[in-house]
Amino acid sequence: MAYQFTVSPDFGPSHIAGWQIFNTWLQRQLSEGIHFELYDSFDQQRQAILEGNVDLIYANPYDAAMLVREKGFMAIAKPSGKADEAMIVVNAESNIQSVEDLKAGTKIATTDDPDVHVMGMIMLEPADLNTTNVEITQCDAYVLVAKQLLRGTSDVGFFLEEAYHDMSAMVRDQMRILVTSQIHIIQHVLLVGPKLANRKDEITNLLESMNKDEKGQGVLDSLDIKSWEHLEHEDVEFMIDLMSTLVE
Amino acid sequence: MEDMKPEQVTGDYREEILQYHDGSQRTVLISDVEVPYPEGRLIVSSTDQNGIITHVNKSFIDMSGFTEDELIGQPHYILRHPDMPAAAFKGLWDTVQAGTRWQGYVKNLRKDGAYYWVYATVIANIRDGEVKGYTSVRRKPSRNKVQECIELYPTLF
Repeated sequence: MAYQFTVSPDFGPSHIAGWQIFNTWLQRQLSEGIHFELYDSFDQQRQAILEGNVDLIYANPYDAAMLVREKGFMAIAKPSGKADEAMIVVNAESNIQSVEDLKAGTKIATTDDPDVHVMGMIMLEPADLNTTNVEITQCDAYVLVAKQLLRGTSDVGFFLEEAYHDMSAMVRDQMRILVTSQIHIIQHVLLVGPKLANRKDEITNLLESMNKDEKGQGVLDSLDIKSWEHLEHEDVEFMIDLMSTLVE
Repeated sequence: MEDMKPEQVTGDYREEILQYHDGSQRTVLISDVEVPYPEGRLIVSSTDQNGIITHVNKSFIDMSGFTEDELIGQPHYILRHPDMPAAAFKGLWDTVQAGTRWQGYVKNLRKDGAYYWVYATVIANIRDGEVKGYTSVRRKPSRNKVQECIELYPTLF
């Protein structure tokens, strides 16, 4: 029986090759067929999860609640030093100097990346902004958020910090960071589903020792991850509790 | 809990005696210095079922002025500012003990007698159907909402 592995759709094409390499490595280590499936959107991925088609997932923290509390997924590991932080960014020429300068009617460019959107909206609260008094444009990719700012069709853009720094210096030079979250706890996590639960300890051990051999290190390099950190079930429960305080 | 001492406080202060719900009391020294909420941060703490602090994050430590060792094991009301009406906290505990999320604007007291405003969300940590403790997450508040609370809270004493 082949299992299915997927990663959160918020990663650009440069990261996808690394996950394919990871999947090949994991199949060899486990002597198990694992199909790597990518979904174009969070909605499509959630549908696949609901239909029971996902067995291993590198999950967005926003989706971790549903996966762990409703679908019986268990935490395996998290990449060390890779917290998800959100940024609020403006055009470099914008008059806006701080969040408090923003007014009702502000035009926001965002993506369907749920944790970044939630954190972005929270950072606008000091200006009394919320979903009822802003205009939101949802873009398919962060580069399109940047485009909205450069064209002046949106006043602010929400970015995943990592995605912002992945953009070219030429694009970044035309934008200015207003505020960056420093939450540290919210991050993507690797979760195993009920069908693979009997291999959980084995997978955990493989991941934790991955940086100790040359091949494993090469795979980590392709993912731009230093190492995997052990994740207790309570760690992910705590992150879910924290996320739940942020979601209206 | 120990009374606050003048050497902890910078500048002018006033003295008040706080009475807590468990019957204990503490002398606190209050200054008029407001410390601005740090941009982009969440201040996070957890308590056990009795409101005793079990976890604090770095932002909590930075803003409270206490060390982690001074906070862990203390009642969460170590942060209580005398300008906060007791009714607000009663509402908080009644709400979270009923399994519902509580949200509100809170003026917190620092170790040095200064204060900071937060927008707080408190939830119960439910594991296997049982409440194991509570987590509070604070974020930067709207100044307009804080101004409303500055006018409202004195009427609730």
